[in-house]
Amino acid sequence: MQSNNYVTFYTVVMTLIVSVVLAVIVSGLKPVHDDNEAVFKKREVFKAVKDYLGADLDKMSDKEVLALFEKSMKQVVIDANGKPVEGVKAENIDMAKEDKKPAADRQYPVFIYEGDKGTYYLVAVRGNGLWDKIWSTVALKDDLNTIAGTSFGHVGETPGLGAEITDNPSFPKQFQGKTIYDGNEFVSVSVVKGGIKIPAHQVDAITGATITSYGVTEMFERGLRVYLPYFESLKK
Amino acid sequence: MAETIIQVEEEKEPLFGKKERKLLIDPINDNNPITVQVLGICSALAVTTLVNKAIVMAVAVIFVTAFSNLAVSLLRKGIPKQIRMIVQLVVIAFLVTVVELALKAANYPIWKELSVYIGLIITNCIVMGRLEAYAMANKPWRSFMDGVGNGVGYGVILIIVAAVRELFGKGSLADFKIIGNTPEYLIDTTQNSFFAWYMPNNLMVIPAAALFVIGIIIWVQRSRNSKLVDVS
Repeated sequence: MQSNNYVTFYTVVMTLIVSVVLAVIVSGLKPVHDDNEAVFKKREVFKAVKDYLGADLDKMSDKEVLALFEKSMKQVVIDANGKPVEGVKAENIDMAKEDKKPAADRQYPVFIYEGDKGTYYLVAVRGNGLWDKIWSTVALKDDLNTIAGTSFGHVGETPGLGAEITDNPSFPKQFQGKTIYDGNEFVSVSVVKGGIKIPAHQVDAITGATITSYGVTEMFERGLRVYLPYFESLKK
Repeated sequence: MAETIIQVEEEKEPLFGKKERKLLIDPINDNNPITVQVLGICSALAVTTLVNKAIVMAVAVIFVTAFSNLAVSLLRKGIPKQIRMIVQLVVIAFLVTVVELALKAANYPIWKELSVYIGLIITNCIVMGRLEAYAMANKPWRSFMDGVGNGVGYGVILIIVAAVRELFGKGSLADFKIIGNTPEYLIDTTQNSFFAWYMPNNLMVIPAAALFVIGIIIWVQRSRNSKLVDVS
């Protein structure tokens, strides 16, 4: 048995060494981590319009992604009433943080992609899956009604079941061409089990992922509704 | 520190003698941490849906087992007996954090996908098991070899399980598309093709499938090696 002094001394020295080394590594790698995160976020946004980019998103280098984002993405931030907010960039809006604010104080990002094949409005929605949060970027055509593409993300849905919203490319693809308005009435797009009855507003659910599918329906309904006043102001 | 260390007669230690080779090879087959000792099952279930993920995880674990064994073996005479497990844990946690930071810088998307499981290497029973069972009582070079061997033994099983699950669950291997219903795949299962009856088995993507596959590997291994049958 070693003396108490030795144990205390050993612990202090060991902790000091480890924490100093880790601190140096963390601060040294911080710029790289930040750059990586920025590119990753932009790729996530582009995923919703990947069919209209004119290039394969997976094969684009980080530099090309940043350049394309700079060139053809307009950013707008709106408040809870759908009024544009000055001085904030949409790419800096963290939906996870907005989630925790009271509903009236939340801000929502809108990306406007102006590509060769037309203009697309990309909006972010966020909701609950079975185990944790799920989110989606929805790209609307310039009629602000037809969905041009979607991309999904999740924290911890079950692989093979709920996680199919991201892993199975045919799920996001189903949303293409669906419309969120029925005439002038907002109906959103729902994920339904046991066959689609209204082809314009419904997509087929994933087998074995009932709760995640309901979560997607709820997320679209509530998430898109926030943007409606903004869409109305654009249409005028 | 009034302890006296009894010096055992020094035996010659070549870099790659019989013992060193045994340390490397044993955990891959006869003493595999997953299939024989049944340790580290938790992460084997979670990160084996894709081969690429499994490879990254395997490399991370090999790094951690090898260098934590080396570090603890170097420190073993100075580590206070009362807090030896805490010291081991600090060494493991330090190395895992380094791996995680490096991966986040090198390949952000993979880091994002693996996120919690890289951190969970800290609690991987294999790492601490080897520190307690081997590194605390053996010399640095041999401990390092033991660490590499056990890391590889874990990694090999991880990659085999991932290969089976990815091939039958998603129709690809390490993102190389092999069988599926679009023309990008090597074997196209669209309507008119000979393989039109084939459907990817979604069960393979679900965590339970990893247990089936590991179970089959254990079965095959034991039926070929009677020495293992009475072990547990």
